Amino acid sequence: MKDKACIVGVGATGFCRGEGSGKSLHGLQLEAALAALADAGLRAGEVDGIMPFPNLGTAEGFAASLGCENLRFATTVNMGGAAPVASLGVAAAAVSSGLADYVLMPAGWNGYSGSRAGAIVQEMTASIPGGAIARDFYLPHGLVAPPQWYALIARRHMHEYGTTAEQLGAVALAMRKHAQLNPAAVMHGKSMTMEQYLASPMITDPYRLFDCCLETDGAAAFVVTSAERARDLARTPVYISGVASAQPYPADEITGREDIFRTGLTVAAPRAFEMAGVKPADADFAQVYDCFTFEVVQQLEEAGFCARGEGGAFVQEGRIELGGELPVNTHGGLLSEAHVLGMGHVVEAVRQLRGEAAGRQVADASLGVVTGWGDFGDGSIAVLRN
Amino acid sequence: MTDAGKKKAVGLPLPLMQGLHGEFYGHCAAGRLSFQRCSDCGRWRHVPREICPACSSWNWSWEQSSGRGTVYTYTIAERPMHPAFAERCPYAVVVVEMEEGVRLLSRVVDCPPSELEIGAAVKVDFEDVGSTAAGKVLLPVFRRG
Ligand SMILES: [Zn+2]
Repeated sequence: MKDKACIVGVGATGFCRGEGSGKSLHGLQLEAALAALADAGLRAGEVDGIMPFPNLGTAEGFAASLGCENLRFATTVNMGGAAPVASLGVAAAAVSSGLADYVLMPAGWNGYSGSRAGAIVQEMTASIPGGAIARDFYLPHGLVAPPQWYALIARRHMHEYGTTAEQLGAVALAMRKHAQLNPAAVMHGKSMTMEQYLASPMITDPYRLFDCCLETDGAAAFVVTSAERARDLARTPVYISGVASAQPYPADEITGREDIFRTGLTVAAPRAFEMAGVKPADADFAQVYDCFTFEVVQQLEEAGFCARGEGGAFVQEGRIELGGELPVNTHGGLLSEAHVLGMGHVVEAVRQLRGEAAGRQVADASLGVVTGWGDFGDGSIAVLRN
Repeated sequence: MTDAGKKKAVGLPLPLMQGLHGEFYGHCAAGRLSFQRCSDCGRWRHVPREICPACSSWNWSWEQSSGRGTVYTYTIAERPMHPAFAERCPYAVVVVEMEEGVRLLSRVVDCPPSELEIGAAVKVDFEDVGSTAAGKVLLPVFRRG
């Protein structure tokens, strides 16, 4: 499948907190979809494959609104925040095998003005794999939301490897710094110091407020087609060189994992790099699903950018900032740009590889990595090139 | 039995008490922490599952745990993310590694969050958190020692 499919269009709405998007869940995603299709130079009706984000819309609904009269490929990857990058793999398989010509993935939500993290706990346990386990064995003890689930893993890592609060802070600071170069970022214009990070209120120890991603209204979308078709389209194609997704074991329950740090990415990353024929060190940048700061540290380790236990040191001293060894989340990520369910990382990777990232452009970017993280640690990764 | 009734919070989410999950809590209601144990390979398991993930056997029985374990990891919830726990903040949720090798999520009820330590020895107790149509619900919780 290497290089047989390309991302040919990306688009996003504005991102906001407070005033609300003014659009419905469906409307927000349509706005992003139209932007991605316009970017690709495609008419909406040409789309014949749609992959909605889990629980945020149906292919039928999107096809009806967009006038896709020939929908022939419709599926959803149920991996929470790992879905967008995993969907790149499914879309690539679909277009390279002829199941569809143009696959659209829209995703977005009113994550701030609609139901927010606290309120959606019950919904979440009904909709995620392992929801019944969470309901019966986690919720009654007060473990009710993602920052708490993942904080359990972060705490254990700090215990085993000496990972520090300042190292988690280095992730938060890097994302915030990058957001200063991205006018679309919610945290644009709001810089942060380590003192401010450390002084931010504790949410679920060891996670402080600034370890936690934003809740925002917004949507983003991408379009995938075959390498042959991509040549006839408007934009520089971004090739999907390697892609994989996988589950932790067990995927439906966190506490019983023999190796609590082994996530889906641990399995997926070597496969994606092998498919692409490259090594982690070859990447010019990485867009890493940053629902919380430690998840960046963990994914850098599990994806092979550094050894397990060395992630804390890897993120310090500007190494993951623009100009460093591996710029991470050059748009500001979920922590400082916006939470659009992992789609923002794909959009940013494409912009970097097309040389369209303006003041935050990674010089001569030709190979980039994007990861996704979802549910109880489902993982996905794509190696992209221009 | 500990603090029965004292910590009852309105709207506390209770387990549904169905199927194997219900059986697990049925043992708790009788004051026993029991886990499934494979009759063929001897592997203990939690959370409850239909067959043994190690050997695919359907044969198993509920066996009582020693009730002793150690703190494997924890988080301290400072901000409520569910209204039922708002008054309880800050509280720690703890993953306990049992002598039998299984881990379960719980709380250490006689230890202030600031004194929690990974590796600390704990032993099981039960907390009455209310009732469902299926009867009383006692959660397995832990005490130091
Ligand atoms: Zn067995």
